Amino acid sequence: MSARRLHAASPRVAVTIDGAPAMLPVGESLATALLCEGHVLLRHSPRDGTPRGAFCFMGACQECAILVDGIVRQACLTPVAAGMAIALKGAS
Amino acid sequence: MTAPLPFDIIVLGAGPAGATCAATAAEAGRRVAVVDEQPQAGGQVWRAPMGGFPGKGDADQASGDALRQRLVTSSATRLLGHRVWSVVRTETGYRVDTLGPDGPTALEAPSLVVATGAHERVVPFPGWTMPGVIGLAAATVLLKSHGVVPGRRLVVAGCGPLLAVVAAGLVKAGAEVAAVVDIAPRSAWLARLPAILGQPRLAARGLSWALAVAKAGVPMLSGHGVRRVEGGAAVARVVVGPVDAEGAPADGPERVFEADGLIVGHGLTTASEVTRLLRAEHRFDRLRGGWIPVIDGAFQTSLAGLYAIGDGAGIRGQAMASLSGEALGWHLAGRRAEAEAARGRMAAATPFSDAMAGLMAERPAQVRAIAPDTVVCRCEDVTRAEIDAAVAAGATQIDQLKHFTRCGMGPCQGRSCADTVQELMAARLGTTREAVGQWTGRPPLRPVPLGEVIGAFSYDDIPIPTPAPL
Ligand SMILES: Cc1cc2nc3c(=O)[nH]c(=O)nc-3n(C[C@H](O)[C@H](O)[C@H](O)COP(=O)(O)OP(=O)(O)OC[C@H]3O[C@@H](n4cnc5c(N)ncnc54)[C@H](O)[C@@H]3O)c2cc1C
Ligand code: FES
Repeated sequence: MSARRLHAASPRVAVTIDGAPAMLPVGESLATALLCEGHVLLRHSPRDGTPRGAFCFMGACQECAILVDGIVRQACLTPVAAGMAIALKGAS
Repeated sequence: MTAPLPFDIIVLGAGPAGATCAATAAEAGRRVAVVDEQPQAGGQVWRAPMGGFPGKGDADQASGDALRQRLVTSSATRLLGHRVWSVVRTETGYRVDTLGPDGPTALEAPSLVVATGAHERVVPFPGWTMPGVIGLAAATVLLKSHGVVPGRRLVVAGCGPLLAVVAAGLVKAGAEVAAVVDIAPRSAWLARLPAILGQPRLAARGLSWALAVAKAGVPMLSGHGVRRVEGGAAVARVVVGPVDAEGAPADGPERVFEADGLIVGHGLTTASEVTRLLRAEHRFDRLRGGWIPVIDGAFQTSLAGLYAIGDGAGIRGQAMASLSGEALGWHLAGRRAEAEAARGRMAAATPFSDAMAGLMAERPAQVRAIAPDTVVCRCEDVTRAEIDAAVAAGATQIDQLKHFTRCGMGPCQGRSCADTVQELMAARLGTTREAVGQWTGRPPLRPVPLGEVIGAFSYDDIPIPTPAPL
């Protein structure tokens, strides 16, 4: 899935994704920002370890639950902020 | 911790139903608080643009802007970006606990209005848990609020009005749509045409959506459903095939579409967590989205002071949601004549809303055709075969199934699978949905980081009942 914005992204701020530096548009939903960066895969299911990505984008399904600054957050309800440490690997 | 803030009315949900109710009652002089987890009012259909997207500038955005402006001008206290995680009954009414950007807030009022809307139903098929498969409802959020097209080449599938909305939205945004796959046979739309034409403005909109898609030359397959999705860590291909009038797979050739995303949805189910948590009475109504709270002519549930409106009281769409909000707002302000007038307009809008709801209702045959090794509960990876095995081992009620399989115990609390699991159980047992029952509502309503909530408690706040005299 290569997602595309229909508008000029808001100013980008520095974050880290699995420790690597990245720039994401401030205030955008984190799930959407990651999707636009090509991160379709966000985590693996805890029981069978199958690949998962954001599914409902409205806070209902919990498929986008990833670690942000060490706390489990629903990426679709979390706006991008400067300095966020985002962990995709290891989240389950 | 401070005492809960007192109000006359607390409204949960600031969609068309909740925001209209809150503004109406506040304008008529009531002290109202309205809570929503979204950063702005508007609900699903009128969701505000965010994160740098200026919005599409369409009719929905204008309606949403007007409602948001009305709410700001009214005296209603808006708690936006606040998730409601607990609702309890007290001696004098209801207490609501929220977690917002600045921490926890508690509210209390004799009247509580539940306007929490709907969740999307997606009936499972092999590959539906693959990254790149998203809901139709999700796509509406991405298109209208985030300004994002979720893929390079997309298949859009499922049923109901959102199918047309999303397909047209993608085409207008210049996306490549590989195919539009509609479960409903063309005749299902035709059968409902008389009711739909009773609402010319909305009918014209539906028609313009369909025309936009047809003009773009997108293959439109009616009477077809998704058989499976192929790929690995992302979608590569979508395989579709014919379905019968009930939505179950039928004989006929499969077709394969190369795509990097599948957008799929099979209607809406009522978000009844709050009324279930409070143990209000519910009934099963397939047309209106499953288990819905029982309400009287003034939208009151079986519990005094607890009201339900909009899609949260049964799927009826935006027009009915707004009207029910207006009617209840006037009613709670003691303005009988105005409330009566709004209820009259609801009656006039009923045929159209029933026609639309019919296209979005669950199709039991589609659910019953789910293959044994397909995952049904996404959170706990529980397959259809495991659900059937639990029934064979003696589970007869939905709450028992949860203990046998962990189905519904995951972080989504059954929001994604409840409808499907209950239908599968009823099928296996040869009984009704009523007999199988629904999951008991449990707190927290929404997952909240424990530290943020606990941090605000002190032992003095824990209510200790006065000991009974010896
Ligand atoms: C994603 C989606 C997209 C839709 N798009 C369209 C469309 O394009 N056109 C159309 O005609 N119809 C659409 N519908 C149908 C539409 O939802 C209804 O017609 C209409 O929005 C119902 O209004 P409502 O006020 O009852 O509920 P909603 O608009 O769903 O509003 C409910 C509100 O409650 C809030 N809420 C729920 N639980 C909590 C909680 N625990 N804490 C805090 N807040 C909470 C939600 O954030 C939401 O804002 C859509 C439905 C969905 C689910
Ligand atoms: S994508 Fe469903 S909760 Fe975030």
